[in-house]
Amino acid sequence: MGRLRSLIIPGVDKKLLVRDAAKSMPDLTRRRFITGGASLGALTLLTGCNVVDSSSAEEMLKHVSKFNDAVQAWMFNPNALAPTFPESAITRPFPFNAYYSIDEAPEVDGKNWKLEVRGLVDNKKSWTLDELYALPQVKQVTRHICVEGWSAIGSWTGTPLRDFLKLIGADTRAKYVWFQCADKDGYNSPLDMASALHPQTQMAFKFADEILPVAYGYPMKIRVPTKLGFKNPKYVISMEVTNDYKGGFWEDQGYNSFSGS
Amino acid sequence: MSSLTVSNEQTTSAKPSAAKVVQPAWVRILHWVNAFAMVLMIMSGWQIYNASPLFGFTFSSSITLGGWLGGALLWHFAAMWILMVNGLLYLALGLATGRFRKKLLPITPEGVISDTKAALTGKLSHDDLSKYNYVQKLLYAGVIVVGVLVVLSGLSIWKPVQLQYLTALFGGYDAARYVHFFCMAAIVAFMVVHVALALLVPKSLRAMIIGR
Repeated sequence: MGRLRSLIIPGVDKKLLVRDAAKSMPDLTRRRFITGGASLGALTLLTGCNVVDSSSAEEMLKHVSKFNDAVQAWMFNPNALAPTFPESAITRPFPFNAYYSIDEAPEVDGKNWKLEVRGLVDNKKSWTLDELYALPQVKQVTRHICVEGWSAIGSWTGTPLRDFLKLIGADTRAKYVWFQCADKDGYNSPLDMASALHPQTQMAFKFADEILPVAYGYPMKIRVPTKLGFKNPKYVISMEVTNDYKGGFWEDQGYNSFSGS
Repeated sequence: MSSLTVSNEQTTSAKPSAAKVVQPAWVRILHWVNAFAMVLMIMSGWQIYNASPLFGFTFSSSITLGGWLGGALLWHFAAMWILMVNGLLYLALGLATGRFRKKLLPITPEGVISDTKAALTGKLSHDDLSKYNYVQKLLYAGVIVVGVLVVLSGLSIWKPVQLQYLTALFGGYDAARYVHFFCMAAIVAFMVVHVALALLVPKSLRAMIIGR
């Protein structure tokens, strides 16, 4: 409660972010799942009873969201590939989107950066960027869909995560791969193992054939075309194979945790 | 069902008109559950829309539900179950009981035109609420179709990979968002007219509450 990051709202681009911020800042001074007076009042009038008592409604919605996680895991077909597109379909410029402006995006020093590997894996060695670049890579042109509703088509190149998990001897019966990032205030996000093993899920090192620029997550982004954008962490610094649900930056604030496409 | 018929017959001899059940219980229950779920879906949907507007306007936070995008999504993906289960029951019962066929068909262009004229000149009869005029038939059948479309386009936005063939039917992810929006707009337009007319002919509102 009262964490700084819960005050920040997502924006599509800078313009929209500023517009959203200007409009909603006073309303977002506390964390709320339900809306303020007017619409609560409207709902009360409509139903004749106060069904949206704030804390019980919040609890009910959390339960339904967990149920929706299970429904989506059941719907998830590990063999269904996200549609791919020709290079001509790539959205240019591809939007930058985060809970901070691009000036505040973390600038990671690639020479000193190492990917830390933890948890249920045989080989916990850390990986330098050059070592990762030496692994076989594949390119995909897929649609990135933001939880906000907009979408953009991008080209990512990198190593399939399932190949890397095999390489490090990960226990793929574990429930999650949990990523931690270099973003300010610490971004993190859990990825269910079925999605982590999906053939299109990759450790992306390039965008549109160029080394990932800062805006898109240098040095490494986890590209998951079967998930909403916020489940595609950028500036990744560590991954942990685990059976524990460790939460995530947006997940903890109420975004559905599975958020599969 | 049989008890309803019996009570009808018993009262028919005494007061023929008052005894007639205009809206059976299942219609009334599903109608109000649908109304509740629709309002939740629309108000939370407006808040979701505001996160990435398709047009040059946003919805005032005084008429949205959820407070912010994350809250609105929780409401939207909770109310969708009520809407979907209720809607499927309605379609199944409407088809199985023959209500759709009896009440909504046939819809003829001549009938719609003459009833529209009659409605606009204030000559439309409301004596028998159990019989829909052609304008009602068209709007009720139309809103059922739009209701199906809003759910299908919503599913294709929610699951553009798992349900990619459905999404492709709507012309892809981005196009499906517009379809979803315009279906919402059509439902809101229907609701405005529907509620206004129900208030103009209060006995129709009474029939949807107590059945007669």
